Amino acid sequence: MSASLATVSYLGATILFILCLGGLSNQETARRGNLYGMIGMTIAVLATVFGPRVASLGLPWIIGAMALGGVIGVYLARVVKMTQMPELVAFMHSLVGLAACLVGFASYIDTSIAFTGAEKAIHEIEIYVGILIGAVTFSGSVIAFGKLSGKVGGKPLLLPGRHFINLIGLLVVIYFGYAFLHAETVEAGMLPLIVMTVVALLFGIHMVMAIGGADMPVVVSMLNSYSGWAAAATGFMLSNDLLIVTGALVGSSGAILSYIMCSAMNRNFISVIAGGFGSDGGSPAPKAAGASAEPVGEVSPILAGETAELLREAKNVVIVPGYGMAVAQAQHTVFEITSHLREKGVNVRFAIHPVAGRMPGHMNVLLAEAKVPYDIVMEMDEINEDFPETDVAMVIGANDIVNPAAQEDPTSPIAGMPVLEVWKAKTSIVMKRSMASGYAGVDNPLFYKDNNRMLFGDAKKMLDEVLVSLKS
Amino acid sequence: MSLLIGVPREVFAGEKRVATVPDVVEKLIKLGFRVVVESGAGELANFSDDAYRVAGAEIAGSAAQLWSEADIVFKVRGPSDAEVELMRAGSTLISFIWPAQNPELMQKLAAKKVTVLAIDALPRQLSRAQKMDALTSQAGVAGYRAVIEAANGFGRFFNGQITAAGKVPPAKVFIAGAGVAGLAAIGTAAGLGAIVRANDTRAEVADQVKSLGGEFVKVDYEEEGSGGGGYAKVMSEGFQQAQREMYAKQAREVDIIITTALIPGKPAPKLITAEMVQSMKPGSVIVDMAAEQGGNCELTVPGEAVVRHGVTIIGYTDLVSRLSRQSSTLYATNLFRLTEELCKTKDGLINVNFEDDAIRGLTVIKDGEITWPAPAPKIPAAAAKPAAAVAPVAKKSSHGHGEPSEPMSHQKMAVMFGIAAALFWIIGANAPAAFLGHFTVFVLACFVGYMVVWNVKPALHTPLMSVTNAVSSIIAIGALVQIAPPLTADISRPDEVIRWLAVGAIVLATINMFGGFAVTQRMLAMFRK
Repeated sequence: MSASLATVSYLGATILFILCLGGLSNQETARRGNLYGMIGMTIAVLATVFGPRVASLGLPWIIGAMALGGVIGVYLARVVKMTQMPELVAFMHSLVGLAACLVGFASYIDTSIAFTGAEKAIHEIEIYVGILIGAVTFSGSVIAFGKLSGKVGGKPLLLPGRHFINLIGLLVVIYFGYAFLHAETVEAGMLPLIVMTVVALLFGIHMVMAIGGADMPVVVSMLNSYSGWAAAATGFMLSNDLLIVTGALVGSSGAILSYIMCSAMNRNFISVIAGGFGSDGGSPAPKAAGASAEPVGEVSPILAGETAELLREAKNVVIVPGYGMAVAQAQHTVFEITSHLREKGVNVRFAIHPVAGRMPGHMNVLLAEAKVPYDIVMEMDEINEDFPETDVAMVIGANDIVNPAAQEDPTSPIAGMPVLEVWKAKTSIVMKRSMASGYAGVDNPLFYKDNNRMLFGDAKKMLDEVLVSLKS
Repeated sequence: MSLLIGVPREVFAGEKRVATVPDVVEKLIKLGFRVVVESGAGELANFSDDAYRVAGAEIAGSAAQLWSEADIVFKVRGPSDAEVELMRAGSTLISFIWPAQNPELMQKLAAKKVTVLAIDALPRQLSRAQKMDALTSQAGVAGYRAVIEAANGFGRFFNGQITAAGKVPPAKVFIAGAGVAGLAAIGTAAGLGAIVRANDTRAEVADQVKSLGGEFVKVDYEEEGSGGGGYAKVMSEGFQQAQREMYAKQAREVDIIITTALIPGKPAPKLITAEMVQSMKPGSVIVDMAAEQGGNCELTVPGEAVVRHGVTIIGYTDLVSRLSRQSSTLYATNLFRLTEELCKTKDGLINVNFEDDAIRGLTVIKDGEITWPAPAPKIPAAAAKPAAAVAPVAKKSSHGHGEPSEPMSHQKMAVMFGIAAALFWIIGANAPAAFLGHFTVFVLACFVGYMVVWNVKPALHTPLMSVTNAVSSIIAIGALVQIAPPLTADISRPDEVIRWLAVGAIVLATINMFGGFAVTQRMLAMFRK
């Protein structure tokens, strides 16, 4: 295959990738979008393998490596549960980051590519930046994976003077970058490169460790963005436009998602990255909001049977799912309850907060898995004003996203965050394991409202009981 | 000093409704108002003066006394000329007005320096306004009554029966127009046991028809008929032709036709021709609910029931008054809900707050100044076609950043451009040409990504992430070109090390590639309507 043919194939692949992202704009075209992505990837790989820059003696290596990776990848995709999607995505981001590091190192020690003057400097900066982003993506994603799968605690780890630590890290990276650019030989450049890599890895760990569980959707989408920038940096390093374009697409997509997630929580992007929740001075501030915000009143518990009774008599029901539903794997039971009620003529709808769950769109995926038709799944803005006409609002394992303090209490750490106004429904039922506060560590006055009932217990078990009483 | 609400007797011929009922009087008094009712106001709706008195209202002996005392007047029909004369400057009137059809009345009211809230001008698309929607409540009553009138004029049972005295087939009812009145008629007729079919130019009401036990009859022609605000629009010639054929077919088959088709500000469309009436079975009944606007049937005589070609054609224009106790109660509750909105402080005073979309829409005259028509409410109607039509507008608001992409301030803009220009200059001055080519591609690709991704629905954010993740495994290309580039003999490179690094990178990237696409596929397969 000639160089021109390879270039044209790359162009085709680029267009297919753009169509792929465009196709995801709605459910009907999304599957086609994914198909475009696969075709684009196939074209890109084939054009490279049979292109002018790969000699035939490399083929066995390539086939072996791709077969191994392919088998592992497909296996992972098969066995993963939909509730584990966030972990899987974080895990995969780490792979891209690590691959970017490996490619960067390989490119650096490759003496067959020789530049001089400004070109050499630029090439080395590209390597340096590529490895830097790759390493941060890698270690950050590994920690995100750990947090999401519960292997690492969800609470933010706030080291004293953590902004200071980050600043020193940055200075070290810049200093060694300078040393790296002025290194005469590959051997001499290796030390600064490795030091920088270690610093970048530590920085990635520190960055994600400092972010609380509630901010996880932002982190996951941010790492998504990083993995794209890593690919783009690699593209610069290897003078490959396909990598640059694709990396830029992925990078800007992740950046937009992070922005959307941040505005859904009324948080500043910088403060999420800087870590901790609502903490300016470095102290975790959940309870520091002041005694005035302490909710008062009685909590009224309710049993599964009574819940079923309420649901049966309701005309309009809104279900608000949260991470608790995902943890308890309760989405199938939720769907059974939904279809049972819908057969009885009850108007059941779902209200999805943009940051419900642990990654963007998490709840939609779970509900889709349980075969809930997507036209009864509403977004926050679509359904918020319907709550006053709702008879029963059922909150399943969600807390912060239905917290009225965000609107009522200006001193609350989550003040100003858009929330689902379930307390405006005639009755709200909150399903929860205990009275513990959510990830934000903020007490929820909703639980003490007159029209609120608490259904304590594991979401799955409780919903099963509700379903049994509904059917009896 | 709390305000006095006055409820006069309706003077329009044949009008039997009254603007408030004793139950609601109690509630109004709880809001802090005082209420005065004209003697005999509720008589035709079976509410005696005593009942009002028990509820706490005063009784005024004459209309003149009531109009001169009351600060707020509740009425059903718009005021007659004589009533306008009685109005006191500075008072408030709440009733049906139809400002578009009654420009003269509007002028007269404005000249009296009063405030007028036209209950028919309510922005019905606000879901919060539903509780005040008198058009809907009254149309529902009319739809119910239309079926009762039809049953009265029809010589058979509605439901099918098999009795010792023989088999009775169920009545077949066709309802043209599935608005509020049409839907109420469908529910009532289905409740009586008839086979109900219905048609509407707005395809989205098909589900509502089915939910009430009716069967939706489609016109065999593709055109969308939603005209905004819950009304239908005028359809094209081709559509009307197809529609006529459908009506002709229904006319031959059914026993009862109830028509409810109205187009705002225009005479009612003639759906049922004389030939269609002729083709109906003798003893059939047509109830023309659009009689007041000229009727949907060519042979309708407004206000009367006539028999033509053996078919009873009922053109009563007072269906609502024929159920006056029910319609008055509903109307009174609508007005009470409106009063609650006007008097949020519960102190018997009203505040005509123009910040409130619902109240702004209702207010057609404020202190003698005509304020009709109101600007469109800020919140858009529940989109007629949720999937397709909302793409650019709804998307941004659904991302939850309130006012989407407010234009930046000039200062901020200038700073941004300044920084960008400086950055570009630095790059342009120092970078070699080869880099600039790549840089161009990079910047443009960022913009393409930005444009494309904003269109993605929030529900698809997880698949988007997993697919972008899969796509970012394009980094494999980087490793592929390193594994064994065609070399000229004189350059040496540490082949072994590079190969292992590259193989490692390929394995990692391929896991991602296959895993990412496969899992996206799995996820997307689950999304269904």
